[in-house]
Amino acid sequence: MFPFNFEWIWDMGHAVFMGGLWYALTILGIGMTYCIIKAAIDASKENGEHHH
Amino acid sequence: MDSALIPKGVKRCPLWQFLLFTGAVGIVLLWGVYAMLLCWFKGLNQTNMNDYYGFALWIWADLAVIAVGGGAFFTGLLRYIFGKDALKNIINYAVLIGFICYSSALLILAIDIGQPLRGWFIFWHANVHSMLTEVAFCLSCYFGVLTIEYIPLILENRQIDKVPFFHHLGHNMHEIMAVFAATGAFLSFFHQGSLGGVAGVLYGRPFAFREGIFIWPWTFFLYTWSAAACGPCFTILVTKITEKVVRKKLVKDNAIELLAKISGWMLLTYTMAKTYDTWYWFTVTAPSKGFALMDFYSNNPLYGIWMLVVEIGICGLIPAVILITDKGRKNSMTLWIAVILAVIGVCLNRWVMVLQVMAVPVMTFDQWVLYIPSWQEVATTILPLAYGIILIAISYRYLPVFPNEPELNPIEPLNEEETAVESPVELEQELKPAEA
Repeated sequence: MFPFNFEWIWDMGHAVFMGGLWYALTILGIGMTYCIIKAAIDASKENGEHHH
Repeated sequence: MDSALIPKGVKRCPLWQFLLFTGAVGIVLLWGVYAMLLCWFKGLNQTNMNDYYGFALWIWADLAVIAVGGGAFFTGLLRYIFGKDALKNIINYAVLIGFICYSSALLILAIDIGQPLRGWFIFWHANVHSMLTEVAFCLSCYFGVLTIEYIPLILENRQIDKVPFFHHLGHNMHEIMAVFAATGAFLSFFHQGSLGGVAGVLYGRPFAFREGIFIWPWTFFLYTWSAAACGPCFTILVTKITEKVVRKKLVKDNAIELLAKISGWMLLTYTMAKTYDTWYWFTVTAPSKGFALMDFYSNNPLYGIWMLVVEIGICGLIPAVILITDKGRKNSMTLWIAVILAVIGVCLNRWVMVLQVMAVPVMTFDQWVLYIPSWQEVATTILPLAYGIILIAISYRYLPVFPNEPELNPIEPLNEEETAVESPVELEQELKPAEA
């Protein structure tokens, strides 16, 4: 559920529950994105070194 | 045939033997899948749930696998946050067991909700006043964490690791695993707790109702505590069973003993807290609602007072005392007894807090009602067990789950021809436990 959904109410319950969910998902998302991008960069560097 | 996929420095049984084993377990899995499909296509009339038992075998199994799967978050917390390096030798297996437990829990829930196509409603149309919403959120997110923790192990497969991108991805994920482990511990604390909170806030069910702090009844904390105490015992138990099945020593004693010691102290403190909680409940809370202790117990085979004695005394205090003593942990027999009792104890606690809560009469016209699950419920509850055995077998065969295995079980290097012609008898001899 997002704040633009019709069921959304600006109260403590929604802020804590939904905020907690997004917070956890954001950490996991950023963490995995970092790992994937860094792996792609590391792999391309390694490929470059092999070609040279 | 599949030797190129098997980790270096370890020996595995021939492929036909592996396929025969997984095939046999696969038949049980298919039986469960058939029952699951019946529930999905024909509906929950396939179960023996009724007005008394809205929560039944599935929810007990759900809570039990989540409790014993707690070994993953607690071992991860000890390894990555508190820096207990000895646990690095068992953390992979703890994660695998946790992954199986949590995926099983989600599978059971997917069957139990009756209409799995509406499973996403709990996220989109969330009831923010429900402890179960918090459980659903944390459970799903934590399953994501366990998947993230399991992926590097898959990427360490010999063939996958040859791909530079996957090699680096696994390495990078290992590097920031502490972040994922901390997130997992946070999520686990809340969903384990909220499962207990669900029972504790049932003020219409005085058997379960507890007072507490702020919005959390004491059962919230007791559930998290018991999962952290008994989850590692389940990890040790499964490790020991695996060692017996493959006839090898797979994890060094120092890792098992450290985990057993921490688990023992957690279990002892939990048992003390649970004893105090029970005493306060039957001397203060229950009488304030007009009930005496024996109103909650019956002479029927499922809900006698003996369950309280078994849960707290036999399956709580005894394993705790064994695990906190040096001799108890180091003796193989007593360690087996302790971890088995601890696992039974936490499962019994979930049984009591799910089914007995439903069974206790609360109205003057109510009576004790027993519940016998249908075969579809039994089959779908056994389904995760078969799935877990198969996933463990596949992971053990193709992934370096146990970092100590090559060191504890040194093998003579064999060339491919020798590997192809070796007989099962020879292999069996080589699979005997190594001197550790």
